[in-house]
Amino acid sequence: MTVLERPPTADSRPDQLPLRGWVVRSRRVSMRLDPRRFVVCVLLAAATVAVGCWSISVGDFPIPISDVIATVFGSGSEDAEFIVRTLRLPRAITGALVGLAFGISGAIFQSLARNPLASPDIIGFNSGAAVGAVFVIVILGGSSSQVAFGAVSGGVLTALLVFGLAIKGRGVQAYRLVLVGIGIGFAATAVVDYLITRAEIFDVQRAAVWLTGSLNGRSWDDVRTVGLALLVLTPLAVLMQRWLDRLELSDDVAAGLGVPVGRAKLALVLVGVALAALAVAAAGPIGFVAFVAGPIARRLVDTPGAALIPAGFTGALVTVAADLAARRVLAPTELPVGILTAVIGAPYLLWLLSRQGRTGAL
Amino acid sequence: MDANSTAPPVQTNRLRADGVRLGYDGRTVVDDLSFEVPDGRITAIIGPNACGKSTLLRALARLLRPDRGGVVLDGENIHRLPTKEVARRLGLLPQSPISPEGILVVDLVSRGRTPHQRLFQQWSDGDEAAVREALEATHTIDLADRPVDQLSGGQRQRVWIAMAIAQQTDLLLLDEPTTFLDIAHQVDVLDLVDQLNSDRGRTVVVVLHDLNLACRYAHHLVAMRDGAIVASGRPEEVITEHSVREVFGMDCVVTTDPVSHTPLVVPIGARRSPAAGGDRPGSSSVPTSADDGRVNHDDGDLVDGDLVDGDLVDGDVDDTTDDTAAAPVAE
Repeated sequence: MTVLERPPTADSRPDQLPLRGWVVRSRRVSMRLDPRRFVVCVLLAAATVAVGCWSISVGDFPIPISDVIATVFGSGSEDAEFIVRTLRLPRAITGALVGLAFGISGAIFQSLARNPLASPDIIGFNSGAAVGAVFVIVILGGSSSQVAFGAVSGGVLTALLVFGLAIKGRGVQAYRLVLVGIGIGFAATAVVDYLITRAEIFDVQRAAVWLTGSLNGRSWDDVRTVGLALLVLTPLAVLMQRWLDRLELSDDVAAGLGVPVGRAKLALVLVGVALAALAVAAAGPIGFVAFVAGPIARRLVDTPGAALIPAGFTGALVTVAADLAARRVLAPTELPVGILTAVIGAPYLLWLLSRQGRTGAL
Repeated sequence: MDANSTAPPVQTNRLRADGVRLGYDGRTVVDDLSFEVPDGRITAIIGPNACGKSTLLRALARLLRPDRGGVVLDGENIHRLPTKEVARRLGLLPQSPISPEGILVVDLVSRGRTPHQRLFQQWSDGDEAAVREALEATHTIDLADRPVDQLSGGQRQRVWIAMAIAQQTDLLLLDEPTTFLDIAHQVDVLDLVDQLNSDRGRTVVVVLHDLNLACRYAHHLVAMRDGAIVASGRPEEVITEHSVREVFGMDCVVTTDPVSHTPLVVPIGARRSPAAGGDRPGSSSVPTSADDGRVNHDDGDLVDGDLVDGDLVDGDVDDTTDDTAAAPVAE
């Protein structure tokens, strides 16, 4: 009865609707822009670049950060040139791009399922990609580009399988997706284990490194592959964000608002799977980046709806920072980056589960 | 399948269902149902749980594609129209919509403008005016900067209706907008519906559980049972002791609402039924054949039927659980 008795008097009406951000209007264009979103993205990008430079400067052959910057812009010494340009820079850029792809992909799936657990690494897509990659390594003995192809195929097939099993009646329901995905993920892990027991010891080592996710030895080829894919997929994701925001209100509401629900979901799933699979192909199934990036980004921009681009930048920062830590924690021994992201992600997963357990929802 | 070929040459009402068969996963819930929504009126669909009333509303809103027959909007099969075009003509408030964590009232209501927006036309003067108007009509303008998940149930329902109003459609379909609200908020929401209809001549179709409120607010009543329309017309015509028994399998007395002078259904219940030796109140404004007051075993059968039907709309039940499950912190 809170509202009924309060008649809307003239002076109780604010002149302006309490809209956040700026409204931009001209004859042809009208938009609402959120400066905070922009600032968050810029800061995250700057932090990623800073951590990336730091990461490039440290190692067996330390290079001062000023030299790193000089070398990147083409005026460094010859030694530094080789180490930075050929070894460390592509690694850092691949890390950032892979993180970007994981972040966007995770945010798409979490928003689609309206559930933070539904990121591609939790619902088995990464494990599925791992099956594809390990199969290529162990059984076919393929090259690294063939391993990448195997990973993408495995990821896409797993996604099809998970969605196929999770569909019931009118659509995919979040908890079914998560449960089916976790189940398929376990099955995929079992297949990986089986493949590894049958493998030669050399292949096992190669597979093991790939499986924990590693940015070691990334080249400009990797940068090009992931970069091109992102150039295509990111704008698509941005265009589809409007659908995603409406779908969060429930499928029926979205349909009532004129969203072509079936087609929109299919397109979003395809873009999400493609992003995750490409990232896995480039750097192995680095866990938990897709999982943590979306929720962190949402908190940073503090607006409802999926923050796809901020999630991408968050993923980039997390990955580059994890890679730096992976190289330095036990230096000179280098840990795979996937171990470090797991160290960040696992406690968050536990916290999320305990919080959701309390509120009674999955 | 082609509804247009069977369409009568003179089309008066904008929205109708033509011999539709509706169901989920091959289970038929509604079969061969035809129904025309009177323009500029409030139509209430009533009936027991699982009778197919929400299913019918979903079909009218283009959420469910009929297995046979078709839903016709402005003379065209609604499934031939683009989703966005339908959304410009027909607003919808489904059961259990989800408010994303932290979304502000003004932002949620703004989403109602979606069908009118384009890639580079996302917030025109018209959009802003429509949102303001919707907030004012629902008396939620003072809540505009509050997060939706911090509002009471009644306020939240008003905000969702505001979103549908901001869509600025002449046709508005509401699926059980009063469920989970206390009686004061139910009246509150229905007053709002009434106002939408009388101010703007909007056509409203609303699924309701409360017969007495349905009688009060609806011009046109549609009573459904087992996926078929049992009776339709003005509340006075539709609501009789006999029809309530027919539709709900419940003995009642129908008298006149002292305030609105519409039919008022007073259930009798097992304790006071003649079979249990109780007294039957004799005063009824509408004499019916049910007055011989026999509680026969049909009722038991009806209950069984209902249980079977409950199975039929399994999908609905699933949906509800999912919605709660999917909004972890909304509660």
